[in-house]
Amino acid sequence: MSPLIVSNVSRRRFLHGLSLSGLVLAVGYPSVARGQQAKKYGADDMPNGWVDNPLAFVSIADDGTVTVVCHRSEMGQGVRTSMPLIVADELEADWKRVRVTQAPGDEQRFGNQDTDGSRSTRHFFEPMRRCGAAARTMLESAAAERWKVPVSEVEARNHQVVHRPTGRRLGYGALARVAAGQPVPARETLRLKDPKQFRYIGKGQTKLLDGRDIVTGKAQYGIDTRLAGMLYAVVARPPVYGGKVASLDSAEALKVPGVERVVPIEPTGPPAQFNPVGGVAVLGRNTWAAIEGRRALKITWDDGPNGGYDSGAFKSSLEESARKPAKVVRDDGDFTAAAAGAARRVEAEYYVPHLAHATMEPPAATARIVNGKCEVWGCFQSPQAARDLVAKRLGMSPDDVTVHVTLLGGGFGRKSKPDYAIEAAALSKAVDGKPVKVTWTRDDDLHNSYYHTVSVEHLEAGVDGQGKPVAWLHRTVAPTIFSTFDPAAKHEAALELGMGVINVPFAIPNVRIENPEAVAHTRIGWFRSVSNIPHAFAVQSFVAELAAAAGRDPKDYLLEVIGPARRVSPETLGDTWNHGESPERYPVDTGRLRRVVETVARESGWGKTLPKGHGLGIAAHYSFVSYVAAVVEVAVDDKGVVTIPRVDMAVDCGATVNPDRVRAQMEGACVMGVGIATLGEISFKAGRVEQDNFNAYEVTRMAQAPRVIRVHIIPGDYGQPMGGVGEPGVPPIPPALCNAIFAATGKRIRHLPIRDQLKV
Amino acid sequence: MIRLEVNGKRQNVDLPPETPLLWTLRDEIGLTGTKFGCGMALCGACTVHVDGQAVRSCVTPISAAANKKVVTIEALGADPVGAALQTAWVDMGVPQCGYCQVGQLMSAAALLRRTPKPTDAQIDDAMSGNICRCGTYTRIRAAIKQAAAKQGGAR
Repeated sequence: MSPLIVSNVSRRRFLHGLSLSGLVLAVGYPSVARGQQAKKYGADDMPNGWVDNPLAFVSIADDGTVTVVCHRSEMGQGVRTSMPLIVADELEADWKRVRVTQAPGDEQRFGNQDTDGSRSTRHFFEPMRRCGAAARTMLESAAAERWKVPVSEVEARNHQVVHRPTGRRLGYGALARVAAGQPVPARETLRLKDPKQFRYIGKGQTKLLDGRDIVTGKAQYGIDTRLAGMLYAVVARPPVYGGKVASLDSAEALKVPGVERVVPIEPTGPPAQFNPVGGVAVLGRNTWAAIEGRRALKITWDDGPNGGYDSGAFKSSLEESARKPAKVVRDDGDFTAAAAGAARRVEAEYYVPHLAHATMEPPAATARIVNGKCEVWGCFQSPQAARDLVAKRLGMSPDDVTVHVTLLGGGFGRKSKPDYAIEAAALSKAVDGKPVKVTWTRDDDLHNSYYHTVSVEHLEAGVDGQGKPVAWLHRTVAPTIFSTFDPAAKHEAALELGMGVINVPFAIPNVRIENPEAVAHTRIGWFRSVSNIPHAFAVQSFVAELAAAAGRDPKDYLLEVIGPARRVSPETLGDTWNHGESPERYPVDTGRLRRVVETVARESGWGKTLPKGHGLGIAAHYSFVSYVAAVVEVAVDDKGVVTIPRVDMAVDCGATVNPDRVRAQMEGACVMGVGIATLGEISFKAGRVEQDNFNAYEVTRMAQAPRVIRVHIIPGDYGQPMGGVGEPGVPPIPPALCNAIFAATGKRIRHLPIRDQLKV
Repeated sequence: MIRLEVNGKRQNVDLPPETPLLWTLRDEIGLTGTKFGCGMALCGACTVHVDGQAVRSCVTPISAAANKKVVTIEALGADPVGAALQTAWVDMGVPQCGYCQVGQLMSAAALLRRTPKPTDAQIDDAMSGNICRCGTYTRIRAAIKQAAAKQGGAR
């Protein structure tokens, strides 16, 4: 069989274990993932970089069906549509004849697969275009060979190759076998389309390839895997981070109908890294039997050193730290002198609690071990990490571990940590390789997450006679994500400081940023938008507070603080990270930041007369190398109940591939931002999370969600670097909402969530 | 042995009578379209129809569904209202991750059968038991209205 030809690679077969390895030939293609320069950025700097080999990504069947491999994980961002769409456009394929198949975890073959950081499109737009262009060139060469004409006389057009002088045509299906024998053209010889010729990219007419499967219940998520002879498992995990089983009595559990085995899982850590926290698994004939069996376990826990973790007391300790001078991480001018000489000083403190991702599909994975080889199925944001860590846990080579990626029922960063894959593999090993599916219940998910950090942001400003800031101090204190890997890590890392605290490009001459120590008492992890959430909440609320103190319009004041349009090097701001991107290609562009503010103000009718009890709030934030501004309209009734009639968002993420999905991501980010502002809080008592389910850990429901969300996309240029989309929509929403509440009521919210702070 | 009728097909299941319908459908009968989200009737991901009513299958024991007609997402398209909703969902690009959408569709179908021309308040009422963590609510509302319009229930 020729490498470009593949018949019927359906996802069903793929999910049932058919490897793609027999169908592609990636051998011998020059590896170009790593550039020669000393310092690498973007996709070049990610583990295993990028691959643009059409033989790894594109196959064409005899009937002309084009199948594109998607190597990034689908969690709602639409990547299983946008990656094939990029390839199809350059390939001149007819979209109706394009299918998608999901890559297993194999970064050597496909390039980096760690689907987080809002990176898929900005890192793989160009490689995917080259895949499509190379495959198109091979089809053209095949047709020229068949017709014995110069290749310059032929041209691919909408799933056919045409011989221009004679009008002869051959379909892609008829050419596939010959095309497969053509050499892969050298990268530098590829002819990429002029963006004016794009059929699909940027058009916004493309429906999700998985849409029909989703609405008919056919779509396969991690929790849906079913294998013959499979056991269903749930795990009783230590309720406190670092805890262990002190004693176990499983006699009653084993009497529960349908329960087959009780199996301890060894804890690893702290530090947790991506490993299971250990505990006791109950395996049964179905999930319910396992849940009932777990209820009957008698376990006493040794809580360890985090048994005293109390998030209320911890908040006070963070506040104390935030009020004292600490490690200086940026120091422009002379804050102390400028503040002392200022006409007026303003200060405020903001708090954002722990949050849990609470993906609608909780973590779930299935594993089996046959003849010394392990296969894993699940909802993984980082399948290569799952593969490497399962191999490590089982004492196997990663070559003997295959990780199949299903759809993800939400990810938001939780599913980039494959602890549940390791649990499934360890349990399969304990039952002689039988297939075992581990399902996390909602209380498991809330009790043993990798939580969004908890933070206090202390801000001080000195303003001149006109109310303009001349001195700015931001002291940010929060346990770092790196504590999950290194218990000695007590300061925010470059990547956390680079999320909207150190790299704030305001036109203020005297700026000091400080970062006191904080010790983590639970697993801290990535949560969609990460540290941008507390940083943007504090910075954008504080700017509005300064505007109010100066008696100025918040939008005009925000633009003044941003200052004139200029391209600021992140390095001059002390930001050595810059979302992993080159400081030359991706400077902080205050012109773009101004433009989203101006656009959203215009589109929302900023300044319009509103009914009583209504208010508008504005906020803007730069993150994941994109610029987003939001105007939220709130209505606060006489009981203090907040509703949100309308939100406008302006986004500049550079050029777009599937604008409808950009819009959808902004809408979703808006709703998540509203939930963070109004409802979300994970709290700890005696080391234990207090919330068990959605009754206590509330998330936004339809009636509380904004009635109307209008997204305004700033047109981009395909010649310029792209920005992220999945995350940058969240950070401006909580401050815009709280600024709107201030406009409506005069009440300033500084501690999230709002919950009943406005209750009258 | 408990006798269920799921999507028009007789199923005899040998399970304790308190076993939730959700896990019976998913793990024993193999209909994985119905999703687990909370186990406490708080999120709506597991919504199915029992004798035409939307119920949360995670808290419905199979004993309570015995000898009644259970319809899951796998058979929703056989019903004209269900099919109209599925089409509207795809056309309007409602799903993001898609996981909760099966439950959203089952709740929406029960709403439109009862109330062919729902007001915004009626949509809120019927749909607020269904959580979407991706935040697709504005599109869900629009798609319900489009399906209602196609069914002659425009407002």
